[in-house]
Amino acid sequence: MKNEGKKAVWSEYQKEIADDKFFYVRSCIRQNFFPGSEVAFLRILKEVLGKDVYEHPCHTTCSGIGYHGDIVPFETAMTVVARQFALMTEAGYENYVPSCITSFGLYTEILDTWHHFPEVEKKIRKNLKEATGREFEAPKNLAHASDVIFKFRKEIAAKAKYKLINKNTGEPLRVVDHIGCHYAKMFPSKGVGGAEYPYVLAGMIEEWGGQVIDYPERRHCCGFGFRQYLVQANRGFSVACSKEKFESMQPFKPDMIITNCPGCPMFLDRWQYVINEIEGKQYGQNGEGIPVFTYEEVAGLVLGFDPWDLGLQMHQTDCEPVLDKIGIEYSPEDKYKLNSLNHSQPKHLVVNV
Amino acid sequence: MGKHVVVIGAGVAGMEAAGRLSRNGLEVTLLEKESVAGGHINDWFRLFPDRRDSNEVREYLINLSSDPKIQLKTGASVDKLTRHGSSYLLTTDAGENINADAVVVATGFSLFRSSRKEEYGYGIYENVISSADLEKLFISGEIVISSGKAPQRIGIVHCVGSRDEKVGNLYCSKLCCVTAVKQAIEIKEHLPDSEVFCFYMDMRMGGALYEELYREAQEKWGVNFIRGKVSEASETIDGKIVVKVEDTLAGRPLKMDIDMLVLMAGMEMSEGGSKLAATSGLKTGENRFFASADHHFGSNISNLEGVFFAGTCIAPMNVTETISHARAAVTEVMEYFSNNNR
Repeated sequence: MKNEGKKAVWSEYQKEIADDKFFYVRSCIRQNFFPGSEVAFLRILKEVLGKDVYEHPCHTTCSGIGYHGDIVPFETAMTVVARQFALMTEAGYENYVPSCITSFGLYTEILDTWHHFPEVEKKIRKNLKEATGREFEAPKNLAHASDVIFKFRKEIAAKAKYKLINKNTGEPLRVVDHIGCHYAKMFPSKGVGGAEYPYVLAGMIEEWGGQVIDYPERRHCCGFGFRQYLVQANRGFSVACSKEKFESMQPFKPDMIITNCPGCPMFLDRWQYVINEIEGKQYGQNGEGIPVFTYEEVAGLVLGFDPWDLGLQMHQTDCEPVLDKIGIEYSPEDKYKLNSLNHSQPKHLVVNV
Repeated sequence: MGKHVVVIGAGVAGMEAAGRLSRNGLEVTLLEKESVAGGHINDWFRLFPDRRDSNEVREYLINLSSDPKIQLKTGASVDKLTRHGSSYLLTTDAGENINADAVVVATGFSLFRSSRKEEYGYGIYENVISSADLEKLFISGEIVISSGKAPQRIGIVHCVGSRDEKVGNLYCSKLCCVTAVKQAIEIKEHLPDSEVFCFYMDMRMGGALYEELYREAQEKWGVNFIRGKVSEASETIDGKIVVKVEDTLAGRPLKMDIDMLVLMAGMEMSEGGSKLAATSGLKTGENRFFASADHHFGSNISNLEGVFFAGTCIAPMNVTETISHARAAVTEVMEYFSNNNR
């Protein structure tokens, strides 16, 4: 592998990312999957970096899952998104930051559509006005939340308490970066580093001391792929996709996986449990799974946030092996303490079949 | 006649044109941006379809263009071409001004920069090379991968940068299919125990003896031809290349490990040609090569009176066609001087 070749590709995909005053929109599903991540993003932006981030209580789904699941027409999706833009405009913001990768992909697709077909934008403006009385300005800057963390990766490194380094060996942790399909595969120029060798997570890993692993199935879908999972009959295919990735990355002995999509950490995390139940196989070292993180969780960890405040107890593949390798201080007995309520460790992990 | 012609580019077309012009009694200045004349043929091992040693063609061209009436200037590219009365003034990148009664543009082609097809990992994965890189290995006499070992399984990807809307090249480069066939045979000659897989969209064997070579590759050498475009390549922990292909004849996806992946780089308008087009007013076509005045009757004629095209500066051509086209350009130059009684 020649890293200079990748650097040459990365240099061709530079992206403008706003510096401050963000209109942040949450994901439909992340708060159920890994609820600590979006909170961590806000904490990092507001408390650690001192940025202005605004959330609007009337924000709804962007309808991206329905759109990519072929049940929401594009015109409907565009009108829903136009309403989100109207909320941003009314709040006095111009820099739109979605938490969800599919939302980011949909927003990018819509802005590109309007760029090439102004008559479509005109029609959507009319739809929105008639339906809600609202008007909007298109965002001046659209960046995924992982782009924003990428932009501030050096500032985070400067304030870091920990590095992605094995405290016992002094070696960098070997990190798999998994990029959500809707981040750059549709519009490579809108992703940091492009679609084939995205740099958005790799840049964070490098800056925070880790080593990026490039493995053959790096570009492969995590297994969420809406039609694979949302259609129940296809769920076997969903597990098979994840399995293909695990089999491919295993020889590289990854210490952890880092993702930037709502679905990817969910499926890469949960399907390890499922595969273990079905085949008795683990893909990590020492008979363990490979811990899967969101980029906010990793940023929070290096900044010294408490792992349980980050919601790591919500992971089905235990994160402790990575915490121990880094040397992060945590209290095992506090793992299931939430909101001062002392929840006992769940006895049964329920899988909805 | 005492006329002076400047030929821009000393590759196959330029050397052929210069040689033929001098034989017709004209004074010729032959400009070459590189340090030596010869162009791409300098980097090629053997030529299709008869596998002729490229040195034979190079020697022919050197002999042809070694004439006292031809002044070869290497390391010189043209920055500006402007008309002055009935002649042209050419300014080189070194600031030298050269007057010409006529100009032959023979700026040739550039090989498609394979790293632009990012999904194949050229310049990133150790054992992904281009067709030009493979020729260098043939010249060295040793076909090895990065580990120093001989590859056992080699994949060849056709149409890299050709017939590809994504990179902006809709045209067929015409020579890559037969180059792949030639190189597949040469690999088998060097490494008889190796397996060679050609991944093609469709085989365009439109030249004399091409089809025969294609048949020979299959029947005599056992080269495997798989109809399907490689969608991506990646690298395993031991340096093998994993390719994903849709085998469109079998109707199923295919994934395989190979030791070496060779990319059949297409042809594009040369950098020097693009620069000349931008500064001279010479028209280019949709394919970004120079645009001839007439596709059928005037492929050597440009939109500037007294400026003529020779060879692959107007479209992909093989060596045979390039030589013929250069000779036709000389005919046009002679007719131009004759008609204008100059």
